[in-house]
Amino acid sequence: MFYREAGDFNTSYAEDQQTFPIKFDRYRYYVVLFIAIVVVPFTVNDYWVNSIFMPFLIYTIAAIGLNILVGYCGQVSLGTGGFMAVGAYACYKLMTAMPEVSMFIHVLLAGVITAAVGVLFGLPSLRIKGFYLAVATLAAQFFLVWLFNRFPWFYNYSASGQINAPERDTFGIIITGPSTEAWAAYAFCLVFTIFSAYVARNLTRGSVGRKWMAIRDMDIAAEIIGVNPLRAKLTAFAVSSFFIGISGALFFAIYLGAVEVGEAFGIQKSFLVLFMIIIGGLGSIFGSFAGAAFLVLLPVALKVVGVDLLGWPTDIVAHLQLVIVGLLIIVFLIAEPHGIAQLWRVAKDKLRLWPFPH
Amino acid sequence: MHDTGGIENNRRYEGNVCVKDQVDSYVTEDGRTIGPVVMEMKNITLRFGGVEAIKDISFDIREGEIRAIIGPNGAGKSSMLNVISGFYVPQEGEVWYKGARRPPMKPFQVAQQGIARTFQNIALFEGMSVLDNVMTGRLTHMKTGIFSQTLWKGRAEREEIENREVAEKIIDFLEIQAIRKTPVSRLPYGLKKRVELARALAAEPLLLLLDEPMAGMNVEEKEDMSRFILDVNDEFGTTIALIEHDMGVVMDLSDRVVVMDYGKKIGDGTPHEVRNNQEVIDAYLGVSHD
Repeated sequence: MFYREAGDFNTSYAEDQQTFPIKFDRYRYYVVLFIAIVVVPFTVNDYWVNSIFMPFLIYTIAAIGLNILVGYCGQVSLGTGGFMAVGAYACYKLMTAMPEVSMFIHVLLAGVITAAVGVLFGLPSLRIKGFYLAVATLAAQFFLVWLFNRFPWFYNYSASGQINAPERDTFGIIITGPSTEAWAAYAFCLVFTIFSAYVARNLTRGSVGRKWMAIRDMDIAAEIIGVNPLRAKLTAFAVSSFFIGISGALFFAIYLGAVEVGEAFGIQKSFLVLFMIIIGGLGSIFGSFAGAAFLVLLPVALKVVGVDLLGWPTDIVAHLQLVIVGLLIIVFLIAEPHGIAQLWRVAKDKLRLWPFPH
Repeated sequence: MHDTGGIENNRRYEGNVCVKDQVDSYVTEDGRTIGPVVMEMKNITLRFGGVEAIKDISFDIREGEIRAIIGPNGAGKSSMLNVISGFYVPQEGEVWYKGARRPPMKPFQVAQQGIARTFQNIALFEGMSVLDNVMTGRLTHMKTGIFSQTLWKGRAEREEIENREVAEKIIDFLEIQAIRKTPVSRLPYGLKKRVELARALAAEPLLLLLDEPMAGMNVEEKEDMSRFILDVNDEFGTTIALIEHDMGVVMDLSDRVVVMDYGKKIGDGTPHEVRNNQEVIDAYLGVSHD
């Protein structure tokens, strides 16, 4: 009914391995892409871009990055905020040092720099696991925030200690600064989100991804089949930090425009992204989208329903949000550790057979 | 002179110990050719603190043979396998592989040299499907770098499909086609054992180490597994070293048997020789200390 699979056969391994093996799924995915690329940029206004689309797209990139490390490679990290800060400050330094270079290059380079920093902080993962590794990455979080506050070189000796995104363009379209148009900022973030999802999907379905998952599921067995644990873990840290760096750069340059490091990239950010992948689904690219969408939309939805419709005081709604998120995390961790992505998968399996399950 | 092929004529002596020459080969009674020595353990001693798990053990594994390591519980069989696969580094002794001394190396380097193994208590990747598990066995053969993989189309996809074909052959061979997309965590024990064998075989190893492949199985499953082991040896020519408790199985399957007891080697030879060895009988049946 919802799925028509009749006559939809895979006749080669290439077809069997594709991301959406069911034709129906594939078309739906094309429709979503079409809407995101062609329809949305011409219809959005400032409010939608600033309160929904941009945070969604940027957090999705961060969630994909963290998911590679935590969900695919099994290395718990609480340093996401710190790594986003590295991306933001790298982007800022690049923007101010080389104003004529395209923003695309800056954001990608910021990702590369963050990847290098990520590898550095990933080194302890070779010796320590689980809870202890989480604490080690927590140290990275606090160290990086301290670093960017402590050395004025990072914020170009500005009096406020903040970094402000100067006006920069790409292909002649202004991307950063106050005179940016909503659709341009949206499109710029969208390009990176699609790029990240595409790369992450390709990496996780091939031999690199299998190495990560092997390390996650059983590191001794991974070694015995020829996986070098050092390289597998460090590539996971590098790729993960690359995406997180990109999201940090976008978060600073496109979304906020001005950043005070402790406020924007503090420990709360690390937890927020971690909650996204726990709720969305560990070890799933779709889960990264779902988790980011959920945590971005939840406060907006609560505000619309609670404040605008029911007329509750704002502070109650804000606290209600914390309660709901906390509750959901507990529920998901106990009942469905693979998050929304797994719920979606189960629903899909049911729908494929509906209305004749036998 | 009897019919053991060239061995009789090519005997080499070291001191007063007879050593089969590294290069000779012979044909077994059932017509399989057993090649030269691929792996030789020379005077291996392994200690954990004050405990000597393995005491001065030497034996060799020849190309194409099924070599069994047996012994009572705690005899040091698994430790021996762990020495071969690189988990333990022996304090004394040398491991010779393909005619050269193997320096101490990490397990993943051992795997890259063509040695695959299974574990006594299954070590599959529970979060992955059967197919993905078998594909992980191909990792030593997949060389595409991370950058070609980000693009997928082209090199990475081609390599994936080539290796998928090999993996599918193994899946067919072990008759697990029906469960290839099932998550491993949902499989019963016997099938998990088979998937683990599939993963080890997917690496197309030169030497396959099986740590109690039939532990915890019923008679039917044991028969299936025995058939697979013989077929693997026969069709792929894989050299197999296995640890097993079921004496009937060991005697039927293996070409030569090493018997260990309390970390020492107490017997080595064909199943027939071992069965009639007084020390082995004592170790298994017990002997009165008076």
